[in-house]
Amino acid sequence: METQTLVGTLAKHPFLVGMLPHHVDRLASMAFEVKFKQDEFIFREGDESGFFYLLLSGKVALEVQAPARTFRIQVVGEGEELGWSSLLSPARKCFQARCLEPVIALAFDGVRLRGACDADSEFGYCLMKNVLGVVAERLQATRLQLLDVFKPVGSKMI
Amino acid sequence: MTAASVMTPLAARVARVDKETHDTFTLAMESGNGVDLPRFRPGQFSMLYLFGAGELPISISGDPEKPGELVYTVRSVGQVTYALVTRKPGDSVGVRGPFGTQWPLASARGRDILIVAGGIGLAPLRPAIYHILRQRGDYGRLVLLYGARGPRDLLYKKELSAWSYLPDTQVLTTVDYGGVNWRGHVGVVTTLFRFIRLQPGQTTAFICGPELMMRYVVRELETRGMPAGHIHLSMERNMKCAVGFCGHCQMGPHFICKDGPIFPYPEMRPWLDRYEL
Repeated sequence: METQTLVGTLAKHPFLVGMLPHHVDRLASMAFEVKFKQDEFIFREGDESGFFYLLLSGKVALEVQAPARTFRIQVVGEGEELGWSSLLSPARKCFQARCLEPVIALAFDGVRLRGACDADSEFGYCLMKNVLGVVAERLQATRLQLLDVFKPVGSKMI
Repeated sequence: MTAASVMTPLAARVARVDKETHDTFTLAMESGNGVDLPRFRPGQFSMLYLFGAGELPISISGDPEKPGELVYTVRSVGQVTYALVTRKPGDSVGVRGPFGTQWPLASARGRDILIVAGGIGLAPLRPAIYHILRQRGDYGRLVLLYGARGPRDLLYKKELSAWSYLPDTQVLTTVDYGGVNWRGHVGVVTTLFRFIRLQPGQTTAFICGPELMMRYVVRELETRGMPAGHIHLSMERNMKCAVGFCGHCQMGPHFICKDGPIFPYPEMRPWLDRYEL
């Protein structure tokens, strides 16, 4: 993807809402396009958190492996983010990410992104503010999921 | 209607029973004694009486334009609902009603319609969907967001699929817990909002599902700028008489059975998160 196209694509991505044009340019300079096939794993549980992704198309399931069972806990798709833990200091993936459809995304190297945040605190603040928005939204959704609101009335609390 | 007539069930007969999910069945009723079953408006409910078992409020889930038949989708969660879903064609069921208010389909004409349903909450919304699809030119875009506990709990799967191919119609489903064979969305119903194009000023929202789900959906809609007056909820309480005599379903100043079950959100707002109400 050419730089101008990258900037245009990034500017339209919901994750970048509220970011200044020069921040978008900075992100574009670090972005590269990646493609994954259906059923391909983008990362697996325990992998080092290497990349942060902005999804452009396709769907990715976040799963946890348990003995003889796989729990699919969330599906993210176009306009969403994946791999925010790569923005924290070295961490390992808590989930595996499996493509349910062919996926196109913009990838950012976590180390480089963290370096850019350290070097330019205004850029870093804006980026982390948007990441915090994503994390808060997911935490809220997870809490609601834990409430298990569709459980039949009268069934015992677990 | 006299007090006696609203309390006396009409004799109906089960015409057919369709299994929707592992615990939910759709029963179609026809007249049991030659007396026509009453017409209903989308969003209304009936009291279904099983001789020797008890009586239950059940939303009507069928097509309002199909006279002579009343359709109910029932989830087996207790003794009476179990007795109901195990009825066989030809068995008798007592029917009172229909009761209650309807989805405001007339005032929503010309507007986009957003329907948000959770679990069995899709049942009272299905008649509204049938109406909108029949009068398609009267409404703008139709968006249906539907969440269930798991893939095996999704109701009306064939219809959901058929509706998703209709023009100007978007149908998105999600489940709270998905297995690896489920290729759809996983997450609570509010996570679907980022996949829709919502014009808050031109949209009327109909919501039905667990009360907690509805609270979060309303918050999401308000965050997106939807005026409260265009949000309508179907409430559920312990309805016994269905005509406002007994007070079992009272919520603040409202009797859910008589003044509802469909309410504009502003009328429910003061009572929704009131502790122990």
